[in-house]
Amino acid sequence: MTGDALPLTWRALDPGLLRLRRVLSALLVGAPGLAVAVVAGALAGPLEGLAVGLVAALLLALLLEAVRRRFLAWGYAEREDDLLIRRGVVLRRTSVVPYGRMQYVDVTAGPLDRRLGLATVVLHTAAAATDATIPGLAAAEADRLRDRLAALGEARAAGV
Amino acid sequence: MSGPVTTEQGWLRLHPLTPLLRSGRFAVAILALVTQQGVQQRPPVLVVLTFLVGVVSLALLFGYLSWRATRYRLADGELQVDSGVVQRRTRRVPIVRLQSVDVVRPLLARALGLAELRLEVAGGGDTEAPLSYLSEDDAHRLRSRLLALSAGSSAGSELDEVSPEEELLVQVPTRALVVSVLLGAPALVGAGLLVGLVVLLVVAPGAAPAVLAVMLTAAIGTVSAVVRRLLNEYGFSVAESADGLRLRHGLLETRAQTIPTGRVQTVRLTEPLLWRRRGWVRVEVDVAGYGAGGQEQEVTAALLPVAPRAFALALVDRVLGAAVPPADRPAPPAARWRAPLSARLLAVGVDDRHLVATSGVLTRTTDVLPLAKVQSLRLVQGPWQRRLGLASVHADSAGRRLSGAVARHRDTHEAEALLADLTRRARLARR
Repeated sequence: MTGDALPLTWRALDPGLLRLRRVLSALLVGAPGLAVAVVAGALAGPLEGLAVGLVAALLLALLLEAVRRRFLAWGYAEREDDLLIRRGVVLRRTSVVPYGRMQYVDVTAGPLDRRLGLATVVLHTAAAATDATIPGLAAAEADRLRDRLAALGEARAAGV
Repeated sequence: MSGPVTTEQGWLRLHPLTPLLRSGRFAVAILALVTQQGVQQRPPVLVVLTFLVGVVSLALLFGYLSWRATRYRLADGELQVDSGVVQRRTRRVPIVRLQSVDVVRPLLARALGLAELRLEVAGGGDTEAPLSYLSEDDAHRLRSRLLALSAGSSAGSELDEVSPEEELLVQVPTRALVVSVLLGAPALVGAGLLVGLVVLLVVAPGAAPAVLAVMLTAAIGTVSAVVRRLLNEYGFSVAESADGLRLRHGLLETRAQTIPTGRVQTVRLTEPLLWRRRGWVRVEVDVAGYGAGGQEQEVTAALLPVAPRAFALALVDRVLGAAVPPADRPAPPAARWRAPLSARLLAVGVDDRHLVATSGVLTRTTDVLPLAKVQSLRLVQGPWQRRLGLASVHADSAGRRLSGAVARHRDTHEAEALLADLTRRARLARR
């Protein structure tokens, strides 16, 4: 029949996003942690400095693992009639947005994203609660998705 | 009046008394602002008088200019409105996009026989094209034309006088309205606060003034909400006509709303605890574009402020054009661990055209979402829910205030099946 029955092929986000998030967390947690460890080592002694450094390293490892899992949890699938988006590790969410319901599609990219050739695609429907964002797509993929969504949306448009 | 003021090419002007009414409001606002500071300094009478005259004439002048700059007409399937003195604005509202039309008559306008016409179009943040003010006859005539055009009646109707027959479905008795509002949560909370305040004053007159002030503010807030609701929903009547449902209500400011058939996004039935024994229900509807601004519109979402359950359900069936299924699948026992207070009332029902979901602790709310109006579907599972094997399914509609229905805390497998099922049914319902 229609798209529901077909086996789903989930597409993952671009690995560039994972790299970006890893670098950011290293900068935000790793660097201050290292600084604090050095200061503690200088003021209180090498053992204390090492202890602080270990704690910071542990925190960073946990954070990196969380970042990795979060990245892996993201996925989207283009079905015949709708787009599926799943996300979240702690709070798991799956959104189904019928192509015919799309009002418009946004592609945005911040300065860091642009550097790495990434872009975010956001689908807007007439409902404010619709939660359909796909971050971290390769720019070419984002453009392809946008054009495809726009074409499909036009073909299947339904009145509000 | 002998009809609206006409200019070239079918452009119409607002009612000539408009500047008076509008500038009145403007002047009052300025005066309120200035007197707040001016009173302490006690300026001489002459200065005050000059100032007053200045403000009033300025407001009148501005009102006149803005009246002169505003014109509207119905042409090419659009309502065209030009306005603005300094910044010109031309607005074109396609009639096919029309979601609802209200005729509002604030107290002062009512005294002068004027009315404001408000159009709602999907997707707008604000009321799209308020035409204030028109004479009452013009407002009603324009409304009928707009609705006739939006319903796709013959093209000639643009010129005809259209006033479809209407059949009165219900007139809410004042007694029932008052009793129902007094038994509702805001009135009870307000009464409780007032009683608490009096008791506190008697028992401990030296109680902290901050506590008293907070309680008093809260009491005033709830009481004024109750009064507002009474004023707004006084004399509520529902009638059905060819172009949709007609709602009329209001004591001081009267409002005539028309909800075109098939535009309802979500329906909510609420049954406060003390209503349930009497079998009363309140029905609210949401239309795309409605209720974007403030409390005022929050109140007007009522389709029926109070009615016996069976009657209300029949009206809902009529509004949605099909029988609404009962919410007959209760949430699994595990839901009690996640939502101990509301689990008792959690249930869903689905058929080919609707999703029905109930929830609530003391007040039972039942949300009905026509599947043809589903904008998106979401499956959401929090950490607690995962541990209990639960998940929630959200169905989003384009309503502003009632934004869909949520099947809360279903069994995980059931929720996944429900998501797939709703996706399929919604797709079929859209066709």
